[in-house]
Amino acid sequence: MPTKVHVQTRINGEEIDFLCEPRQSLLEVLRDELGLTGSKEGCNNGNCGACSVLLDGVLVDSCLVLAVEVAGREVTTIEGIAGTNGLHPLQQKFLEHAALQCGICTPGFIVAAKALLDKKPQPTEHDVRHWLAGNLCRCTGYDKIIRAVLDAAKAMEAKV
Amino acid sequence: MAETMEKTSYKVVGTRPIRHDGVDKVTGRAIYGGDVRLTGMLHGKVLRSPHAHARIRAIDVSRALALPGVRAVVTGKDLPPAEDRVVNLGEAAVNLKYLSENVLAGDKVLYRGHAVAAVAATSPHIAEEALSLIQVDYEVLPPVLDVREAMKDSAILLHENLKTKSLGEQTDKQSNIATHNQFKLGDPAKGFAEADVVIEREFTTATVHQGYIETHNATALWNADGRLTVWESTQGAFTVQRQLSAVLQLPVSNIRVIPAEIGGGFGGKINIYLEPVAALLSKKTGRPVKIVMNRQEVFEGTGPTPGSYIRVKMGASKDGRITAAQAYMAYEAGAFPGSPIGAGMMCIFAPYDIPNVQIDGFDVVVNKPKTAPYRAPGATNAAFASETVVDEIAEKLGMDPLQFRLKNAAKEGTRRADGPTYPRIGYVETVEAALNSDHYRTPLEGVNVGRGVASGFWFNVGFQSSVTINVNADGTCTLVEGSTDIGGTRTSIAMQAAEVLGLPAEDVHPLVADTDAVGFTDVTGGSRTTFATGYAAIEAANEVVRQMRERAARIWKVEPQDVTFADGVFHNAKDASAHLTFKEVAAQLGRTGGPVVGSATVAPRGVGGAFATHIVDLQVDPETGKVTILRYTAVQDAGKAVHPSYVEGQMQGGAVQGIGWALNEEYFYNDTGTMANASFLDYRMPTSLDLPMIDTIIVEVPNPGHPFGVRGVGEVPIVPPVAAIANAIYRAVGVRMRHAPMSPGHIAMEVLAKGK
Repeated sequence: MPTKVHVQTRINGEEIDFLCEPRQSLLEVLRDELGLTGSKEGCNNGNCGACSVLLDGVLVDSCLVLAVEVAGREVTTIEGIAGTNGLHPLQQKFLEHAALQCGICTPGFIVAAKALLDKKPQPTEHDVRHWLAGNLCRCTGYDKIIRAVLDAAKAMEAKV
Repeated sequence: MAETMEKTSYKVVGTRPIRHDGVDKVTGRAIYGGDVRLTGMLHGKVLRSPHAHARIRAIDVSRALALPGVRAVVTGKDLPPAEDRVVNLGEAAVNLKYLSENVLAGDKVLYRGHAVAAVAATSPHIAEEALSLIQVDYEVLPPVLDVREAMKDSAILLHENLKTKSLGEQTDKQSNIATHNQFKLGDPAKGFAEADVVIEREFTTATVHQGYIETHNATALWNADGRLTVWESTQGAFTVQRQLSAVLQLPVSNIRVIPAEIGGGFGGKINIYLEPVAALLSKKTGRPVKIVMNRQEVFEGTGPTPGSYIRVKMGASKDGRITAAQAYMAYEAGAFPGSPIGAGMMCIFAPYDIPNVQIDGFDVVVNKPKTAPYRAPGATNAAFASETVVDEIAEKLGMDPLQFRLKNAAKEGTRRADGPTYPRIGYVETVEAALNSDHYRTPLEGVNVGRGVASGFWFNVGFQSSVTINVNADGTCTLVEGSTDIGGTRTSIAMQAAEVLGLPAEDVHPLVADTDAVGFTDVTGGSRTTFATGYAAIEAANEVVRQMRERAARIWKVEPQDVTFADGVFHNAKDASAHLTFKEVAAQLGRTGGPVVGSATVAPRGVGGAFATHIVDLQVDPETGKVTILRYTAVQDAGKAVHPSYVEGQMQGGAVQGIGWALNEEYFYNDTGTMANASFLDYRMPTSLDLPMIDTIIVEVPNPGHPFGVRGVGEVPIVPPVAAIANAIYRAVGVRMRHAPMSPGHIAMEVLAKGK
């Protein structure tokens, strides 16, 4: 039987300890060991982006990261996007623009879009389309997602 | 952005409230099937055939069972012997024997990816290791992978006992052709003789997948009392219950299906795959068993939509009237009979008033996964052929393609070749809206650019729905329904109840219930949910209003007929100054007779068919064959758009699935019947970078069969895109594409051939 490894990390601002097998992905540990099922598995090989998380602020597919790799690092998942004061502007704009239908890709899109706006607060439509090309949505045709992200950028600029 | 063509006086219907389940879905809290976790749960994995066609000589599971952590193994022999009986499962009729053999193979495997055995273990990794220890002795047979090959008399047969049913008669002919049906109207020979222009063309389309982002999953607990509970993502909890009852030979009352949130379906999550397997593993182990497919399993082991061969012949007179049309359509059913050929046949000429028609359709088995419905099943293949020929005829006659369509458009009273006469439909209005759109009126400029149009039809269905509305003490309501919500239908259903109750949408809380908690409700499919379950919600709300009027009457000590209700306020006919709001009456339910609960069930027959007309501008790189979509407008008759944002969303999503189908999606098979691109990377669905904004124009021609005029909207937007894109490519570079997908290689070859 494989030996489990003890990993200490920060997830959504909290110190977390977990045990995992060396072969387990970050996505598997988030979902099956830590109960953070907001990150979704659509392909398990980095093609769809439904499992997007931030690792030290960098957008990654958590299915392509081994759980042992996050030792001593900072992970942000969809569960960490909304603050204590309510929804993040991206979440609010996704709702207002009806930018989700089934919703399975939504956590990944919101995490990915946050990574974009952190880097580039005022993206163009092309910037958003380019950045989000790693996230697949099969329901919406992307139109309302792109509008929601652009509108969130506008709302966040107005607040600053 | 959308334009709404008609204004109405509704208060809630036609507005855009935030969906009730929205916060859970943007915060990651919503529980989908794959998120379900039960105490003591085991994990299952399925062993699948590496061959497209083979006989199973023997299966040895002993080494797998010996692996530490493995708790049980099942094979097809663990399923009860299946009845040879056809049942209707929503969008498609299914033979239970075939359904059972598709769940776990019998003596033969009929496609690569066909389930052969399954393991339950303490972790998914151990279960996966155990699969490699199962030894299957296969006698490999040559596969049949193309519909026309499969139809030949010399073809290798998939099923020894399959005999063609031809024009309703069961023949003795052993064949891969399961059925041949025909529709005929008027006198096609005479119609073609009257034509000044006759065009006949052949079309082929590749197999494509629905491509939902969430993979199939099922968690089953076969309890010691003989009750089976299943948690999963499905389009229809009751449909799963019925299929499980048939396959496992259990009474429906012993099966409870609890629908989790569902991550897309598009028709692909109606048939059962994992559910009986998880159930059998649970029965053997006494523990709950969860199985989740990986993406390759979804491509190889679940139902795509058929590859097809279609030949269309159409004739028209010089003045632009279609005089006759004929179609020969052969659809791949996959490994078992049951392609959507019937729907394809009914749709192929549905937008037009044609006096003389003949349509022949063939349902053909091939060594590919058993097909499942995919958004307007069968209609997109058909429209690719017919709408391309319509475009070619219009061109030959020197007519604008939309004006040609307008001249031949089906209207109220037009008889379709398969029999029905249309009630009030909105096809003409979609063509007129397209003609008048900013898009169509703006000239297209550039090099190698082209504009294409095409139309499409989908019936929509009614089926059965149940809704219960509970009035809460604070005057809000809870609405319990059985339609799983894939795209915002909780809200579009609750809005219809709110309209009747005079409440804001936010005050009607929708809840999707399981099979033990709500009356029978058919699948979320057939574009029926907002129409039919919405209808049930209206009826249930009417019942609530009736009971609430009685309560107001009791408070005022008058007769119920003395109480009227408008805009959420009860009025007393005997006392003009007296009025009570819905909330005020709700606060007094305990003192006036107890709780108010309104229930209703419907099986509506007044289903409104839906038409769509799409316009696309694109640019072709003639050297590489790559197509760039420049501008896209989808026009559609929604009857009445309950929540316009979600109607637009259906139109945009359907159009983009159609764009993917048109330009690059396909099951790419090698000679042995292996799909060479069974991953999202290689199957290549459209990404955000591949597309412009998708403009929408909602036309509202009310459906007389629904209290608010609602028509189903979900499916028809996938019907026109493939043909519209083919027509645009012709305008751009002068080649007529007759194979989908129109991938760069195909286009470049056609451009090269034309140059010679």
